[in-house]
Amino acid sequence: MSQAAPTVDATRAGTFDAIQSALRRNTWTLGLLVFLAILLVFTRLIQPTYGATGIQGLANSVLPLALAATAQAIVVISGGIDLSIGSMMALTSVVAASNMQDQSDLFSVGVVIGVLLLGLLLGAVNGAVIVVTRVPDIVVTLAMAFVWSGCALLVLRTPGGGSAQWLEDLVLGPLGNEWIPKAGVVLVLIVAAIWIPVSRSRFGLSLYAIGSNQLAAFRSGVSVGRTKIFAYMLGGLFSALGGLALTASTGRGTPVPGPYTLLSVAAIVLGGVSLAGGRGGVFGPLIGVVILQLIRTDMTFLKLDPNLATVAQGLILIGVVMLGSLLQQRRSRA
Amino acid sequence: MTVTQTTDLLLEASGIAKTYGAVVALKSASLAVRPGEVHALMGANGAGKSTLVKILTGAVRPDSGTISVRGKPRVAHSPADARRGGIVSVYQEPALIPDLDVRSNLRLTETPLPNFRHWLDELGINGLDLGRLVREVPLATQRVIDLARALAIEPDVLMLDEMTAALPANLTERVLEVIGRQRGGDRSVIFISHRMIEIAAVCDRATVLREGETVGVVDVTPGSEERIVELMLGDIVQSMPGASRTAQDRNGAEPRLVVRDLTARTKLQGVSFELHPGEVLGVVALEGQGQDELFDILAGSDRPSGGEVRVDGKPVSFRHPADAIRAGLVYVAADRAEALLPQRSVRENIALPFVTRVRRWGPINLGREGKAVKGAIETLQIDTRAAREVRRLSGGNQQKVTIARWVASGIRTMLCFDPTRGIDIRTKNQIYVLLRDLAAEGAAVLIYTSELKEIQLVCDRVIVIFGGRVVGELDAANADEPALLRAAYNLKSDALMPEEIAAEVVAEAAAAAHPETDQ
Amino acid sequence: MRAVGVAEDRNPWLTAAAWRSLFRDRPVIPLLALLGLLVILFELGPSNVSSAWAGGVFRAAVPLAILAGCQTLAMLTGGIDLSVGAIASASGFVVATLVGTTGLPAAIVIVLVAAGVAGLVNGIGVGVFKVHPLIMTLGMSLVVLGLANVWQVQRVQTGAGVPPAFRTLGSDVFLTVIPYSLIVFVPVALLILLGLRRTGFGRLLYAIGDNPIAARLSGARSWQVILVLYVISAVLAGIAGFLIAGLTNVASVTLADSYVLPSVAAAVIGGTSIMGGRGGFGGTIVGALILTVITSLLSALGYPEAVRQILFGAIIVAVAAAYTRVTAES
Repeated sequence: MSQAAPTVDATRAGTFDAIQSALRRNTWTLGLLVFLAILLVFTRLIQPTYGATGIQGLANSVLPLALAATAQAIVVISGGIDLSIGSMMALTSVVAASNMQDQSDLFSVGVVIGVLLLGLLLGAVNGAVIVVTRVPDIVVTLAMAFVWSGCALLVLRTPGGGSAQWLEDLVLGPLGNEWIPKAGVVLVLIVAAIWIPVSRSRFGLSLYAIGSNQLAAFRSGVSVGRTKIFAYMLGGLFSALGGLALTASTGRGTPVPGPYTLLSVAAIVLGGVSLAGGRGGVFGPLIGVVILQLIRTDMTFLKLDPNLATVAQGLILIGVVMLGSLLQQRRSRA
Repeated sequence: MTVTQTTDLLLEASGIAKTYGAVVALKSASLAVRPGEVHALMGANGAGKSTLVKILTGAVRPDSGTISVRGKPRVAHSPADARRGGIVSVYQEPALIPDLDVRSNLRLTETPLPNFRHWLDELGINGLDLGRLVREVPLATQRVIDLARALAIEPDVLMLDEMTAALPANLTERVLEVIGRQRGGDRSVIFISHRMIEIAAVCDRATVLREGETVGVVDVTPGSEERIVELMLGDIVQSMPGASRTAQDRNGAEPRLVVRDLTARTKLQGVSFELHPGEVLGVVALEGQGQDELFDILAGSDRPSGGEVRVDGKPVSFRHPADAIRAGLVYVAADRAEALLPQRSVRENIALPFVTRVRRWGPINLGREGKAVKGAIETLQIDTRAAREVRRLSGGNQQKVTIARWVASGIRTMLCFDPTRGIDIRTKNQIYVLLRDLAAEGAAVLIYTSELKEIQLVCDRVIVIFGGRVVGELDAANADEPALLRAAYNLKSDALMPEEIAAEVVAEAAAAAHPETDQ
Repeated sequence: MRAVGVAEDRNPWLTAAAWRSLFRDRPVIPLLALLGLLVILFELGPSNVSSAWAGGVFRAAVPLAILAGCQTLAMLTGGIDLSVGAIASASGFVVATLVGTTGLPAAIVIVLVAAGVAGLVNGIGVGVFKVHPLIMTLGMSLVVLGLANVWQVQRVQTGAGVPPAFRTLGSDVFLTVIPYSLIVFVPVALLILLGLRRTGFGRLLYAIGDNPIAARLSGARSWQVILVLYVISAVLAGIAGFLIAGLTNVASVTLADSYVLPSVAAAVIGGTSIMGGRGGFGGTIVGALILTVITSLLSALGYPEAVRQILFGAIIVAVAAAYTRVTAES
């Protein structure tokens, strides 16, 4: 075979090929969407009353986890992992709740901005410690998970505080049509407003670059350490958003971290983000979150022990990763 | 030359030195590149080329020396820094991010798109879909993309480090043509290649490094290859005591190892040879001619795509290094990072093969183990003062540990891949003596070495590999360094294969390397 | 073992290199010094060091040390086992619910076999399918937790009670200092200590963690080692679960969750590298004691749980950074 073939091939790459390759690149995400659709139909079949209220509840319960998964996805794409996301959410949530209680709307806006800055700061600390000490990401973020949840307990010893009314109104209830939950709209707007510009920027490319091949990134002139810190800062920002979502949807702050760290890892793996870094996006994980939540809902409808949902989530996590590494082994052998 | 020469220089580096721990990579290297020339950087393996390149591109800082670009002193602290200073390099491994599409890779390095398109056309690749993921682009095309990207930035100095080594012939031709056209302008190219024909085709001058020093600058003209080889060789090699050794009479003895038509994808193309008990057989090759794959297959790390390997007359097929070890083939790697447990003790390192099988997982007989380890340490004269952690030993002692591991468990056939790379002369000699002793005791040794000078010290016979094929076989008596180097570069008239065929072999190899990616 | 090459002519106590090599080669010594310092602090500060206090510390440290032993084994190969918390909780809980119907010995055997199966699945995932140990064991902890919850719902009528034998073993103290849990701990600790130093399997754990390529080239099949490792780890976690149930006299499916991060911390503080190939169980035991003494010190001083968590986190980072520095280059 002549080695000129690929180059000739490349010349005919038109729009059709572009669409095709875009489809091929997003097969996993599309597959997830199809699976989600089937799951929704299935839900409707087993519970004919599942409708607008169901969607509403789904969106509300999904919001904090979706933001956690976005945070995790960004960090993992850059080649790291953040096990302190749940703790950062707890900390930001209690800081917001304890400062907003019985305060004016204007003040609470200030609190929200402060909490977001706090999220950036927490992420910056995580990233800087990793870059400076060269201790593996897993160890540092595991240790920081202690630190942040300890801080959360210092702020509020027991669940308490309160949320500004406008913040609750922002995420609870429908928007116009009863089928459109505010939580869903807020989620899409936040992620679109932050992730889309980032991923289109040179910084976003650097993020993928250091996760994909650090040597090539270094040789391409990317500052690996700085990019890594930025990735953790973004992770911190989305964790703070997740913390605010917790406060808004429950009306208070809870100092004990929820299961968000583990579930965020499960969601991104299900959403097609490679744990080796460099591959995936945030939209796959978002669908992954909805699927994980819907499975839990369906299990209640099926009168199954809801605890089996935890088992199912664990099995999905393991199964997807096993499948992924199996495919990779197959590919590298071929 | 005129007096004003120094101020005219585009890039000047002088007195560059760099040591890594105890290893001196560069003693005193200098390089002077004029505007508008294509300048070759030459040197045998380990002469310090790659270290010099790393220093010029900012990946490594020199211990001493000065570098100036267009008369202004400049030491790059990072590749980004070097890039801003006008030095851009292209490596054999493309510096492209595999998970990003081509367009994003260009944006990452802020490469002007029209320029890139222009150079891509010049290099013979038309209408590349910039939306394709780099991972999905054939490797050869990736290399050309990397080059076009570098050219598009219009750097003062473009450094090509072995970038043609794995290109198909037609692309190499285009690349050389484009590089050749850079001559006479304001910018320069530093060109590193193992292929003399390429040097002759595009280069104006060549700087030759040997043992970390610049030993000469040669104007490249027809026939200057001999002069370059001479400089690379250094002093005329004295005839070694080992050279008088002659092949023993092996009539009737069964060969320990028989390799027939061994093929590994495209890297090995039908290699055949025999290895007899009591023999040290040398393998000589330039970098990347298939010797890595050959040793990997024999050591059980890789599987051949065709051909046959027989050990003691029985055909074998290894799925794991454990299989090779059980068949009596033990492997000593050049890269000690591959062979050692750096944080473990000398004793644990040497005793590692004792415990690998499941039925040896139980309690260790410390007395017996201690005795075996002690014997091996004495045989190899390992300095055990820092025995608690192998990584604290000198390179030479580390290599001795990797050999001692097999000596302790008894050797039938040993595969040594460049066992003396980067270690001191005394240890080298000890290792050679040991190899001879092993052979004298009836073991068979297959050794690849980049130290051509020492082939005669240790080998009985030598095979030369080029482009995945055995292109020559020499007796130790004839295998002096000049002869070997010429054979390795496939230069000499007595070589089995003319240059053109060799180039074609390499081209086929590269083309077939990633056939699955072009659908 | 061959003696260290402390053949330096200068006074070895004054050189930075000597200190570095002390931390690098014998981390247990500075750790013991730290432990002593903490005990002195305790004596000077909040309360007097009494034999009852010591007994309490030992009693609390034993289950933590066993779980940290699981982490030590896994970390030596470059892995981590985050499923130990779920497995320990489930073991304690299931035995408590089974004991009424099957009797104690049978319940223990059933539970340890079940734990072993969970470990086997971990091992298959990590060793054969090359799933990242963190993900594999996290997933396994979700599965085990879920199954334990299901079991809880099924068994709610039977009721659960921690067997008296476990209570004695977990919380009673002999001669005011020696907890009965040492009856379990001493053999376990000896097995781990000797197993790591004197058996082929132990050598391979270090080898695989230090350099998997070298281990492979020497003929080791790492999947076999990893498989056995995670089974051992899960069984140890089950045993620790019994002790924790006895210590707290509670049977709950989330009982041991709060032990997971401290177990990693104890191993890291004890000098075991999460990158593999370095460390040992001796340091881990001291690490577990240090964490327990700190906890006791802080609670005696009236600091809230929050301060303990922050301190634990800071210690892990600081210690890991120090080890990274000391062991980075020779």
